[in-house]
Amino acid sequence: MSTQFPERPQSRARRSRVSEAAVSAAQAADTMQVTYLGEADGVWGSGSGTGDVSGFGGLKRTIALPQQSRPPYGSWFDEALAEINSEVGAAVSRVFVYYGELTLFTSTERLGDLMRTLRDDPHLRFEVCCSVSGVHYPEQPGSELHVVYELLSITHNRRLRVEVAVPDIDPHVPSVTAVYPMANFHERETYDMFGIVFDGHPGLARILLPDDWIGHPLRKDYPLGGVPVQFDGATVPPPDQRRNYRL
Amino acid sequence: MSSTRQHDQSDDHRDDTATVDPGIIFDDPGDASDIHVPQYLIEGGDWDEVVTEQRAAADHVIVVNMGPVHPSTHGLLRLVLELDGETVLSLRPSIGYLHTGIEKTFEYRSWAQGPVIATRAQYVAGIFNEAVYSLAVDKLLGITDAIPERANVLRVMMMEVNRIASHLLAVGSGGMEIGASSVMEVCLRERERCLEFMEAVSGLRMNNAYIRPGGVAIDLPVDGLDRLRELTKQLRRNLPELAGFTLDNPIFRQRTRGVAYLDLTGCMALGVSGPTLRSTGYPWDLRKTQPYCGYENFEFNVCTADSCDAYGRWIIRLDEMRESVRILEQCVTRLEESAGERHSIDHAEVGAFSDLALGGDGQGQSFDKVRELWSSMETLIHHVKKATQGFHVPAGQVYQAVEAPGGELGCHVVSDGGTRPYRVHLRDPGFNHVQALPIITEGGMLSDIVMAISSLDPVMGGVDR
Repeated sequence: MSTQFPERPQSRARRSRVSEAAVSAAQAADTMQVTYLGEADGVWGSGSGTGDVSGFGGLKRTIALPQQSRPPYGSWFDEALAEINSEVGAAVSRVFVYYGELTLFTSTERLGDLMRTLRDDPHLRFEVCCSVSGVHYPEQPGSELHVVYELLSITHNRRLRVEVAVPDIDPHVPSVTAVYPMANFHERETYDMFGIVFDGHPGLARILLPDDWIGHPLRKDYPLGGVPVQFDGATVPPPDQRRNYRL
Repeated sequence: MSSTRQHDQSDDHRDDTATVDPGIIFDDPGDASDIHVPQYLIEGGDWDEVVTEQRAAADHVIVVNMGPVHPSTHGLLRLVLELDGETVLSLRPSIGYLHTGIEKTFEYRSWAQGPVIATRAQYVAGIFNEAVYSLAVDKLLGITDAIPERANVLRVMMMEVNRIASHLLAVGSGGMEIGASSVMEVCLRERERCLEFMEAVSGLRMNNAYIRPGGVAIDLPVDGLDRLRELTKQLRRNLPELAGFTLDNPIFRQRTRGVAYLDLTGCMALGVSGPTLRSTGYPWDLRKTQPYCGYENFEFNVCTADSCDAYGRWIIRLDEMRESVRILEQCVTRLEESAGERHSIDHAEVGAFSDLALGGDGQGQSFDKVRELWSSMETLIHHVKKATQGFHVPAGQVYQAVEAPGGELGCHVVSDGGTRPYRVHLRDPGFNHVQALPIITEGGMLSDIVMAISSLDPVMGGVDR
């Protein structure tokens, strides 16, 4: 006997005949706002076109993160969003709710205002910025690099994620260290690993890697490397160039 | 008698020392007389001369590089100190000496291999890394509520044994660093019991890879409950010894009370969590406030102190170990009740990685599984596919936090719907807490730095990842 995974609300909506039209309309409206991650073809990756004898070579699949959510969002989210919108206008450009977690997309221009409001407003009161980290989406032209802030409200016992995207040709994000001093090291780490420049940071230097390191290792185009191990006439390629499953 | 002597080549200083003791041998400054480089010469002399000379240099600020291999910095932590005598004027932590690219490695391994990598980050409390990663993947899979009760109890059991082991190392090395070596002896002795128990359960002393998405790798061994009963009995009897050694010792009190002071305002500004936050009297413990793995079903207290200093954090660690023993005793009852239930989710793909057995050399496939693999071609094919491909995780991102021994351990996981993580970020409490070192040490004594570090208990494996 096998345990069934609970269906996610999104897939349930897609299967329902009644709401199919509404869902497809919503999808059409949000086409530009899907977090597009690329396409997978064949079963085997990192050697596409070679070595795939599985018979699934013709399959193509779009890889994308779940779409933007629509109100009402449930839980305490609607109330908090109303509070944010009344304080800082349209600072939040997109709202994602999945797995019971709230993600607010904002722009680099409004990030500072939004963070200050999130910290200081008595109805929000997100005192702690637990974590700042980056994610690299090379398939999203113009917004390749995302910065993700994980906020915690000890007063209300809530969590919230703020996300901002910048192009990798001009990866500048205002620093939030003036609002959250604890973000200091986290921003340095994000700079170190992704090359995102946090303007206004008191001392933006590499933190984990040596100062003269070239490149930013957690970007997707940075190779993993690997030690070339030789067997009788053959070599073992680095892990990122080995054949592996994609679908 | 030989002594070390400072010779400053600045003009004014040379004049001073020359009048005090004309017998000292100087290097000829030559044309370089305007270069302020102190030189230390070893030659015959008397302590009086050294003292007199140092008095003249009393207003000099010296820069000391403490670490990265200093024995009291808890690992490869480097501190750049500006010292005026023994007073710390400024402290700048420098980290990264143990960076191993763990977050990059995640992206090239399957979801099931994640715990094996995660556990190597903060290796003293590795179980918590596995737990936070597995909970995040569970959340992405949408199976958080489908995890069997026994799996949750086993997760809690291992986390609490690991919490005791981690606190014992924090307390023990902290004690040893201020000269209380008996404390370290007791701590290592008790930690050994914890590690032996963890080895009996998971097959490995450290880097256990025991908690996996969907449950745990292996069910309790046949004698597991007896071992757990024996462990709790021993810990309950022996742990109070630590308090007896230290809390009323006048030297210990002087070395820890009022040292490394950080009040609630400072904790909030620096995002400090764990025992350091609780030492300000704020009862914030994620096991109570945002329960996971069924912690809401266990009875335990959140330990606090109100002194905001290293002494308070020490007491909190001792108290938390006692509370952990309490939780372990409840685990015994719950494991007795759930005997025979599954230790991981019953799912063809996710559960396949929690179907291991213990051998004399650690974890491995069970004999039944091996026999099946060698007798059925289809089983072998499925096994190879599961092992190489792993399972798919729906696209999305989650953040999961657990209360690790040092504070909030977070895990931000992004999935693109494939068989490998798109991005995993571990938010280690130690990484955040190293930021607090300057504010709790500057203006204090050099010797208090050691106690400050050990009261925050950053482990460099987690800080640098």
